[in-house]
Amino acid sequence: MVPLSWYVLLSAALFTIGVVGVLSRRNVFIILMSIELMLNAANINLIAFSHYLQNLTGQIFVIFVITVAAAEAAVALALIILLARNRGTVYVDEFNLMKG
Amino acid sequence: MINQLIFLYFAAVIIVSAVLMVTRRNPIHSVMFMLLLFFHIAGVFVLLNAEFLAAVQLIVYAGAILILYLFVVMLLSVDRETQAVRANRFWPWLVGFGFVIAAEISLLVLRGTFPANRGQAVKYPGAGVRELGVELYTKYLVPFEIASVILLVGLVGAVMLAKKKTNE
Repeated sequence: MVPLSWYVLLSAALFTIGVVGVLSRRNVFIILMSIELMLNAANINLIAFSHYLQNLTGQIFVIFVITVAAAEAAVALALIILLARNRGTVYVDEFNLMKG
Repeated sequence: MINQLIFLYFAAVIIVSAVLMVTRRNPIHSVMFMLLLFFHIAGVFVLLNAEFLAAVQLIVYAGAILILYLFVVMLLSVDRETQAVRANRFWPWLVGFGFVIAAEISLLVLRGTFPANRGQAVKYPGAGVRELGVELYTKYLVPFEIASVILLVGLVGAVMLAKKKTNE
């Protein structure tokens, strides 16, 4: 019998790793994958609470989160292809087009 | 007891592969660690009696999204990656900041009270795929339709953005 707090701690750790990845990496692919990591941390939380509250709403929300993640991945990867084609790089600190 | 051991195994692999995913230099290695991570998250879902969502996790995340990432990573050049600088110059501060956030959340979780041992032993009536489908198609029908519109926007947007400009 696993306590609920273990799941919350796992999800918190995963979310923090995702935040650090988004903020510190230069490669835009790793940034996007870190965003997926944070969405997965939220999913673990939702399913854990759904299980312990004995309510299916959390699982429904996980389906919606996965839907949004799929759409986000498709659009974001199209944007990356466009950026790489126009600017010739995938490093976010070289995308300083709007810098004064 | 056995559930706790299984959970600890899954949690350890999830954390280790997440750290490796964030720190690897080559994006293809990162995608591979992400695959490992998704499989073990699906294992956690099975442990929480969400078998359908574990299958969805494997099919949609590992099967579709990750393959899309892999395609795009391979499409763009990876030969520069081997000598590029991985992180921006603030990364030690950011890692410290991450430890502070994690410690804070852990402190709050450990000091809070959760209904520790409800559920888990009894499988409640309504955890199967059938109940999930009934719930999704009755109570959450409008959000479900909106989700389909979001997917359509993703489809059209991706094609719109990534297609080459034709000269009239």
